[in-house]
Amino acid sequence: MLSGVLLFNQKGELLIMRAFRQDMRPRLADVFRIQVISNAQIRSPILTLGSTTFSHIKSENIYIVGVSKGNVNSALVFEFLYKLVNLGRSYFGRFDEEAVKSNFVMIYELLDEILDFGYPQNTETETLKMYITTEGVQSQRPTIEDSSKITMQATGAMSWRRDNIKYRKNEAFVDVIEDVNLLVSANGTVLRADVNGAIEMRAYLSGMPECKFGLNDRLTLGENGADTSLGGPTGNMGGNKASKAAAGSVTLEDVSLHQCVKLSSFTNDRTISFIPPDGSFQLMNYRATENVNLPFKVQAIVNEVGKTKVEYSIAIKANYGSKLFATNVVVKIPTPLNTADISSRTSQGKAKYEPSENAIVWKIARFTGQSEFVLSAEASLTTMTNAKAWSRPPLSMQFSLLMFTSSGLLVRYLKVFEKSNYSSVKWVRYMTRAGSYEVRF
Amino acid sequence: MAVNRLRSALAAPRKGETYELRSGLVSQYAWERKEAIQKTIMSMTLGKDVSSLFPDVLKNIATGDLGQKKLVYLYLMNYAKSHPDLCILAVNTFVQDSEDPNPLVRALAVRTMGCIRVEKMVDYMEEPLRKTLKDESPYVRKTAALCVAKLFDLNPVLAVEEGFVETLQEMVGDSNPMVVANAVTALVEIQEAAPETHALVVTSTLLKKMLVALNECTEWGRVTILTTLADYQAQDSKEAEHICERVSPQFQHVNPSVVLAAVKAVFMHVQRIENSQLRQQYIKRMSPPLVTLVSSQPEVQYVALKNIDLLLQKQPGILDKEMRVFFCKYNDPPYLKLTKLEIMVRIATHNNADQLLNELKEYALEVDMDFVKKAIRAIGQVAIKIEECAEKAVNVLLELINTKVGYVVQEVIVVIKDIFRRYPGYEGIIPTLCQCIDDLDDPDARGSLIWIVGEYAEKISNAGDILAGFVDGFNEEFTQTQLQIITAVVKLFLKKPDESQGLVQKVLQAATAENDNPDIRDRAYVYWRLLSSDPQVAKNVVLSARPQITSTIPVLPTPLLDSLIPHLSTLASVYHKPPAAFLGQGRASALQAAAIEEARQNARENPIAAAAVSAAVAGVHSSAAPQNNAENLLDIDFDGAAPASLQKEPPSGGSGLEGLGGTPQRVASPSVASPSVPSGGMDDLMGMFGNTPGPANGAGGSADLMNGFAGMDLNGGQPPAPEAQLDNAAGAGDNKKTNEDLLGLF
Repeated sequence: MLSGVLLFNQKGELLIMRAFRQDMRPRLADVFRIQVISNAQIRSPILTLGSTTFSHIKSENIYIVGVSKGNVNSALVFEFLYKLVNLGRSYFGRFDEEAVKSNFVMIYELLDEILDFGYPQNTETETLKMYITTEGVQSQRPTIEDSSKITMQATGAMSWRRDNIKYRKNEAFVDVIEDVNLLVSANGTVLRADVNGAIEMRAYLSGMPECKFGLNDRLTLGENGADTSLGGPTGNMGGNKASKAAAGSVTLEDVSLHQCVKLSSFTNDRTISFIPPDGSFQLMNYRATENVNLPFKVQAIVNEVGKTKVEYSIAIKANYGSKLFATNVVVKIPTPLNTADISSRTSQGKAKYEPSENAIVWKIARFTGQSEFVLSAEASLTTMTNAKAWSRPPLSMQFSLLMFTSSGLLVRYLKVFEKSNYSSVKWVRYMTRAGSYEVRF
Repeated sequence: MAVNRLRSALAAPRKGETYELRSGLVSQYAWERKEAIQKTIMSMTLGKDVSSLFPDVLKNIATGDLGQKKLVYLYLMNYAKSHPDLCILAVNTFVQDSEDPNPLVRALAVRTMGCIRVEKMVDYMEEPLRKTLKDESPYVRKTAALCVAKLFDLNPVLAVEEGFVETLQEMVGDSNPMVVANAVTALVEIQEAAPETHALVVTSTLLKKMLVALNECTEWGRVTILTTLADYQAQDSKEAEHICERVSPQFQHVNPSVVLAAVKAVFMHVQRIENSQLRQQYIKRMSPPLVTLVSSQPEVQYVALKNIDLLLQKQPGILDKEMRVFFCKYNDPPYLKLTKLEIMVRIATHNNADQLLNELKEYALEVDMDFVKKAIRAIGQVAIKIEECAEKAVNVLLELINTKVGYVVQEVIVVIKDIFRRYPGYEGIIPTLCQCIDDLDDPDARGSLIWIVGEYAEKISNAGDILAGFVDGFNEEFTQTQLQIITAVVKLFLKKPDESQGLVQKVLQAATAENDNPDIRDRAYVYWRLLSSDPQVAKNVVLSARPQITSTIPVLPTPLLDSLIPHLSTLASVYHKPPAAFLGQGRASALQAAAIEEARQNARENPIAAAAVSAAVAGVHSSAAPQNNAENLLDIDFDGAAPASLQKEPPSGGSGLEGLGGTPQRVASPSVASPSVPSGGMDDLMGMFGNTPGPANGAGGSADLMNGFAGMDLNGGQPPAPEAQLDNAAGAGDNKKTNEDLLGLF
């Protein structure tokens, strides 16, 4: 298992070094610095020297390194390192050099708690926050009863929720957020279109509520499931091309669930039942590949005229209902490395050449459904001595679109059962964002 | 203490950082002390030696402030080794703390005690540990469980004799899932360190307990339990079914390492299930979670992809429909792109080949040289794997030649050579290839083109002229290219004896008289004698038909693959090598051990060879000693040298067979840029069945065993030419090669 954890900044200065086993020697930090940080040719995140293995990830401007001996479980090591980053983010807002430097005592304390003898222990943020607090100095010691409760929770079957939570108003917010990935080839065929979705929940519910969650998943509904939704994404209904998925059911390729969900009951009858953690958490992730509604259709015509000019003509059409509008639409149109100047015209939004990114960045603040916008531009190139062919990176898009799900997923119900039988208010919101939305030309 | 104080008074000046820290540590104000401790820890992290402050830090151990206590403990763990005697002073606090009413304090005490690796500490640890193992708080119990593993590491005899291991075994039945998980973790650790203790023997009752805990413990605990379950041998089909049923819900877990561990457990047990329908069902259920792993963080993805690669070799066809998921994103890190390429080729079928070829063509136009080369190679692999798309692939390759980018053209030529060896009927494109003859500088590409010219000499009108050009510059060529030139000219002579008599004499003259390389001289002499004795015999030998190759996709030898499956999701599965082959001291000696074991077995079966074996063993030992020294000097912890991840073509452990099979160890072509072309005796042995390892040393395996001399002409660098070895030299890799050559002697 992990012999130690190291944190470096980009220059290779050691920020944190925590040994968990005696085979972790201070010298190893130098070895990593020499072999990885100052070696530009390293391409793999894993490096084995002798019997020592360094597994590293990068977050913001720091390296996070797991040092291990022997044939370690690599997937676990990397996942743990990412968990550490997430933990740092939720504690300090961000997890970069500055945050680490100003909170190093906390980080030692956290590491001490989440790893014992190199084996990961409880890494649930909510639980940890109960007894490792950012206030630095704990003004008063937690009373003994408190700490027994804390420890019960840290080890309990329900390590993610504490007892006796009380809210005056019981509310639950459900956000369905989809990242739609698209790859279109130069001749317009869709090479890849899929959706990575996440259902995020903010639960402000008293007591020990048992929740049941229903989606228009094909396996639960069957082929012709009746639709009684909590107010579905209107865009899918309004769009002129609402596929049958929107009205009926969707096929989820695969789902992964938060650890509060009873996996066995999900496997048996696809019911998602759980006792939620308090506050916000990600209930599930899913993947859908069938019947993906693409919010934007992009047509790109790019011609290289001779060696000194490239002509662009880009048309983007919104494929969703006219009542909806996408915000923060950014289209990045790559230009050759030797671009000298760009002249562009757009029917909506602003286009600007960003030399540092080698791209024309076209921003449209508000993109109403069913409308179509075009950009035409011309790039003049300087001549270069080594005329290396331009690799033509794909055009990429960013956007976010409310009340629309690319997969057609709907939340059918969310039921909350609690001993005291209180009534609760539930809110559902849908959003589709661009994952990697790329079009080759 | 008095001595210490005296020394510090004499040595340490009354100013400077250490002095400031010390005065802070003994300050009368609590906040000043705490700040000083924090600063001390900070200096410790930066690598400054603050061990001289040990007694002063220790004074702060008895505090009510949990945060401060943790810092003092942290300091203590770091410097305990250098001040073993002073550590005993802390013992009292530990013992007191382990009886504190606050479970957090109790756990902290027992956790830290285990980390202070001082022999004397052991005696004081016993009592608190025994108490905390039976503590009412599960939080303390789970910490104590791991502490037993720490104690075992420190003093195994004590841990067994005092019954701690036994207690641990009982704790697997604890009511709290996390305690169960940690008890299992500790037992696994003890079992691995000392198998003779039989610390963890999974019985059916234990199995039940673990399955119950599986659904309730933390994600990390789940990984431990799932890994233990995977190692368990199911009694019968029914039990295996039961395990699969209970484990498969974990496929839906959000943590990728849990998913991988679950996949591994199911994959191990599914083999035992007799009902083939059910077996298929479980295998089928594995694919969606595997695909989901491909959208995780890049590093996790890398591990997952490497594992998928293994699973696909063991169980082909599970991801045939998922080709698109593996398409490379433009900004994927290079290590992901290369791994994705390997997987795409593996899951290519005639249904998705078209789509794949289009995609590969895109990749071949990118700028990253390694990636482009690999993509072109993949085009060849797909063409050879799937007959229907060969023509399209050849067209794509021809388009790529037209790009006129140096490394693209060279790689295309190498790939086309392989296609020629698989399918007849593409001779029409030879003129196009010959046009770019002047642009080739890579020995591999030159060799390939020369091979093509020699092989189709009768169809190329100006073959004589082309080869004459190469013969003129014979002495400037790479060894590998020189070998190809000789063979190609001999072929040309046998096909068109009238036109090329002079040429063949010239090249043989150059190779024997002007060349120092024994390999080249030897080959030239062999041809010379062959030609001068009887041209008809020479024809039969040199121009005999070669067996067709069937695949150029690298495949791990079955025994190695089988030994890797139980290591899914670990480093071994990422490197595709058994742990002994890349870890520590075992690295070189594991290879030898495997080879010696194999040789012994042969000896048992074949007593005549026994003498040779014993001689070889002696040879190995004598050569092993200096080699180990060389490694030690290089290594960071005296147990191995070259970074396993950098080693380009490490002969895998399973291939301890090399040399023993009677074929000389083959060194793949010097193109180090192709890290994953496995070359090794194992492949060569497999090669006898027409299954060649890689395009580079391609023909070698299949041809030469079957055809004797005729095969030589195909294979680029058959004898380990010096250049090839130099290129290969990655630290010990080189040493190892020589070592294996020694083995290859008999």
